[in-house]
Amino acid sequence: MSESVQVTNNLTNPEASSQRTLYPYVTGTSVVAIKYKDGILMAADMGGSYGSTLRYKSVERMKSVGKHSVLGASGEISDFQEILRYLDELILHDNMWDDGNSLGPKEVHNYLTRLMYNRRNKFNPLWNSLVLGGVKNGQKYLGSVSMIGVHFEDNHVATGFGNHLARPILRDEWKEDLSFEEGVKLLEKCMRVLLYRDRSAVNKLQIAKLTEEGMTISQPYSLKTFWGYGAFQNPTVGAEGSW
Amino acid sequence: MVKEQANWSPYDNNGGTVVAIAGADYCVIASDTRMSTGYSILTRDYSKICKLADKSVMASSGFQADVRALQKVLAARHLTYQHQHNKQMSCPAMAQLLSNTLYYKRFFPYYAFNVLGGLDNEGKGCVYTYDAVGSYERVGYSSQGSGATLITPFLDNQLKSPSPLLLPAKDAVTPLSETEAIDLVKTCFASATERDIYTGDRLEVVILNANGLRREYMELRKD
Repeated sequence: MSESVQVTNNLTNPEASSQRTLYPYVTGTSVVAIKYKDGILMAADMGGSYGSTLRYKSVERMKSVGKHSVLGASGEISDFQEILRYLDELILHDNMWDDGNSLGPKEVHNYLTRLMYNRRNKFNPLWNSLVLGGVKNGQKYLGSVSMIGVHFEDNHVATGFGNHLARPILRDEWKEDLSFEEGVKLLEKCMRVLLYRDRSAVNKLQIAKLTEEGMTISQPYSLKTFWGYGAFQNPTVGAEGSW
Repeated sequence: MVKEQANWSPYDNNGGTVVAIAGADYCVIASDTRMSTGYSILTRDYSKICKLADKSVMASSGFQADVRALQKVLAARHLTYQHQHNKQMSCPAMAQLLSNTLYYKRFFPYYAFNVLGGLDNEGKGCVYTYDAVGSYERVGYSSQGSGATLITPFLDNQLKSPSPLLLPAKDAVTPLSETEAIDLVKTCFASATERDIYTGDRLEVVILNANGLRREYMELRKD
């Protein structure tokens, strides 16, 4: 009697590659966040793009995590929802200890780093760039994790296009102990530039404020834009032949 | 039906340069604090130096997620060692452990370019230099990372390492004093920063000697 045993895994079976992430489908664009006097301010628009189609316009890309943190994500929206499920379980187990202790932003950032890195090791990444901000016992924390596990913390972070367009503005204009109004103004400046120059940006955004007291997230609103700049009307003046 | 290719890479180079110089009774380990990806700077304030044991300090450049994972693995192994042997690991022992740890992932390597500095069992400065898969040797000085091609020839000129082919074997530790060595390291980084786009922002220098460990910082060009 002979029995043929089929041994398949992701490496030998070509169809199994449909089980691993190859490219993202519904994506969110930049997230920008800064530390300010009382805690963290984070901004993200509400767009969910399906390639070049603006498919979803009310996607909340920032969510609170436990008592002390807020998570913002760009990249694949379904993977972000998966991450929220993982974090739900993490926070639940933390609460079930019922010992008065609670996971702070540093701990959640570390957990997310390990999560993203482990998925990268298995060649099945969660296709997101994450921003994790929080305040615990007066200590402000703001960190970033990429889809392959690269992570760091700083006074201001951004994902995707935000790294190219927003960070330079923040490097120039961010300072210690910004007031809430100054912080929002600075973030709106960054989001406006992104709106002008990022093709996948959408003019409907939210700003999340995180302090020792907790998180509040604004109602969605849009930025005032001005398209009458001379440089926009005649973009090739002074550089004939360019576009 | 053509098999679909992945369009992402599990590796990234987050840049930076590391240097270590061994002296008669000290060791200097230095790195810049810039972390980059592609042509962007992610942060100007990131330490690439990790104290593994009392007399072993590792500096690594390359893919930051792998570097962090490597540091965690070594720290965990060192803790186990301390529980089992009731003492700190010596620098030569840590050197072998690092090599073995890197080779363990020979077929999916840690993209980390390491330089291990410290004091050997006799209290003399020692530097070990590695490639990504664990090949290593003890040297008097070494440089790894994006600015290594600029720094190594300069150190060769200034420190005149004896040939490893000589018999009897000649010690590679530099006759320079501790202050002179620190000054040399600062010069190396100031020069590398001029021409290497991935090196700059700030220099972190760790000095290990019989008195313990101390740190110095120096601002570098931010462009």
